[in-house]
Amino acid sequence: MLERLSNAFGVSGSEDEIRNILKNEMSKTCNNITIDTMGNLICFKKGENGYKNSIMLSAHMDEVGFIVSGITKEGYLRFKTVGGIDARVIVAKKVVFQTNQIKGVIGIRPPHLANDDKSQSVNVSDLYIDIGAKNETDARKYIKEGDYACFDSNFITFGNRLIKGKALDDRIGCFTLVELSKFSYPHDIYFVFTVQEEVGCRGAAVAAYNVAPKAALVVEGTTCSDVPGTDEISFATRLGKGAAISLFDRASYSDKGIVNALVRSAKKNKLNYQFKQTTFGGNDAGAIHLSEKGIRTGVISVPCRYIHSPSSVASVLDIESCQNIVKNFLMSEVDEECNF
Amino acid sequence: MQLLKELCAISAPSGSEGKLREFIIKNAEGFCDEIKTDSLGNLIARKKGAGKRIMLSAHMDEVGFITIAIDKKDYVAFSEIGDVKLNTLTGNKVLFLNDKTGIVVEKVEKPIKPSDYRIEVLGCKGESLYMVNVGDVATFYPAFDYNNNFISSKALNSRMGCYVLLQLLKEIQTSKNDLYFVFTAQHQIGFRGAKIAAAQIDPHYSITIDSAVYNDFADIDSSVSIDMGPAVKIMDSSTICHPKIRKLLSEAAEEEGMQIQLEVSENFKSAGSAIQTAGAGVISGTVSIPLKYINTPNEVISFNDVKGSIRLLKRMCAKEI
Repeated sequence: MLERLSNAFGVSGSEDEIRNILKNEMSKTCNNITIDTMGNLICFKKGENGYKNSIMLSAHMDEVGFIVSGITKEGYLRFKTVGGIDARVIVAKKVVFQTNQIKGVIGIRPPHLANDDKSQSVNVSDLYIDIGAKNETDARKYIKEGDYACFDSNFITFGNRLIKGKALDDRIGCFTLVELSKFSYPHDIYFVFTVQEEVGCRGAAVAAYNVAPKAALVVEGTTCSDVPGTDEISFATRLGKGAAISLFDRASYSDKGIVNALVRSAKKNKLNYQFKQTTFGGNDAGAIHLSEKGIRTGVISVPCRYIHSPSSVASVLDIESCQNIVKNFLMSEVDEECNF
Repeated sequence: MQLLKELCAISAPSGSEGKLREFIIKNAEGFCDEIKTDSLGNLIARKKGAGKRIMLSAHMDEVGFITIAIDKKDYVAFSEIGDVKLNTLTGNKVLFLNDKTGIVVEKVEKPIKPSDYRIEVLGCKGESLYMVNVGDVATFYPAFDYNNNFISSKALNSRMGCYVLLQLLKEIQTSKNDLYFVFTAQHQIGFRGAKIAAAQIDPHYSITIDSAVYNDFADIDSSVSIDMGPAVKIMDSSTICHPKIRKLLSEAAEEEGMQIQLEVSENFKSAGSAIQTAGAGVISGTVSIPLKYINTPNEVISFNDVKGSIRLLKRMCAKEI
């Protein structure tokens, strides 16, 4: 399932393919499914005990990618990135276009011609996509401005229970929600798959307003820099050490009750967890917790090395830890104001 | 003054306002009709009246530090919470919420970012003696001084507003208008509390108490001066005072026979911006109190300016609007 989700197309603003897969899956487990004006997929599952509280679980469907901004006379494609992509990462990578599965390669001027520029930095504006077209006219037969592409990368398993694929941020979150929807809970649960997170958490703002839950938990794929050359205090998260619970980042300060309930859930069930050790970045929680009158919000993430690249790497252990922590968290009793 | 000192002594960095909130609840009880805490930690105290809903707000939280790791030498690596002035950090004492003392030290010469600093937690040595954990927060160490009406302390920019609200709660016996005294959370990280508080209350009018930040050594002369009375914030880089609020405050000052200053600045943002655009929009303005050395361990204000703003707001709240 995760393989299908990872391989599916869903660059921000064009999430149809991934949404259809998820809608189909969720229709097997949920009572009611709607798609809102922005394209968020909202799946409702009634609670068993008739508790008054509703909890929203949220994962974003969209992934970072590319959009064509122009075609040169020679038939190369100029492009912009959709979402935050490190230009150093994308040179010489394969991409695939959404509409007709046309393949391309991201090109850069060869190094022997770049000696006038001693700096190692790469700008997206220096890059182009080569689809093997003869010239502009030839290229236009297949591609026009505004066409989307994503990384062309197949999901594999390797090493010590690791997986590699594109878009693990946040198809891992989507996968987790799909799996969690198979169980029943005392509370009403909204499983929400949001759009346009990578371009500014736009979907989540609208979804949270419409759903208006008492509490929300965002399930994410997050940065992991436990790699050579990095100071240990800058790791952010560590692969294989369990799901990462967020405390504070640029976009939100996690609700302390939710953080404590997640930790309790992990400890009680002897599951590995870690705190996210960086305050950079932000995610859908930023938009959700400030929705209208405010919503108690927390974040739990699966660490992903090389995030926003064609080869994101995550550990199955962390995915399992995340799923089980959240599952037990959703079983916890809360008061009317959703104080966990 | 004692109350202000006690308010300043409490550590309440953004997102961890609990201790301060409890202290304020204790002081507000008996002076309001309703009091509640919302999902983000805003404290909302209501004094009922037949007239218009007026939201009076000030933020509780101060800038601070959050532990992101303990390094191999038992020092705390931290991130800043809010706009901490990094160039004033070296050698300062900080206070963790669990009452442990820390000292900010330079890890490298000429530090420029938080990761260039560490905090030594007094007495912390070896894993068994770790006294703080990842996520534990700290603020500057309390130090309150007073001389000739001038006050210096950490966190004045938040606590002077809390003090004004608490005094108003006590001094206003019966209210013509429906008054909401809002002590907001998470101000220093983007006016987050103010935004959702305003959406909950949906007030007819909102007045925020905040700082008029200035510096005697700035290139451009400031529109306000310390110890010259409270100011009406006409404009800063985030919000423009609604003409209706400006008029109400000017009239109140005239009736009270007091001087007010008019603040126009272009460098600072204030919570009025978040309130103004909350929900369907709010008629909003700010009473600002001149303050120097913001977000350092020793901010400076004049107690006269604080007392002036209480007088001004008390008069305004008593008006039939």
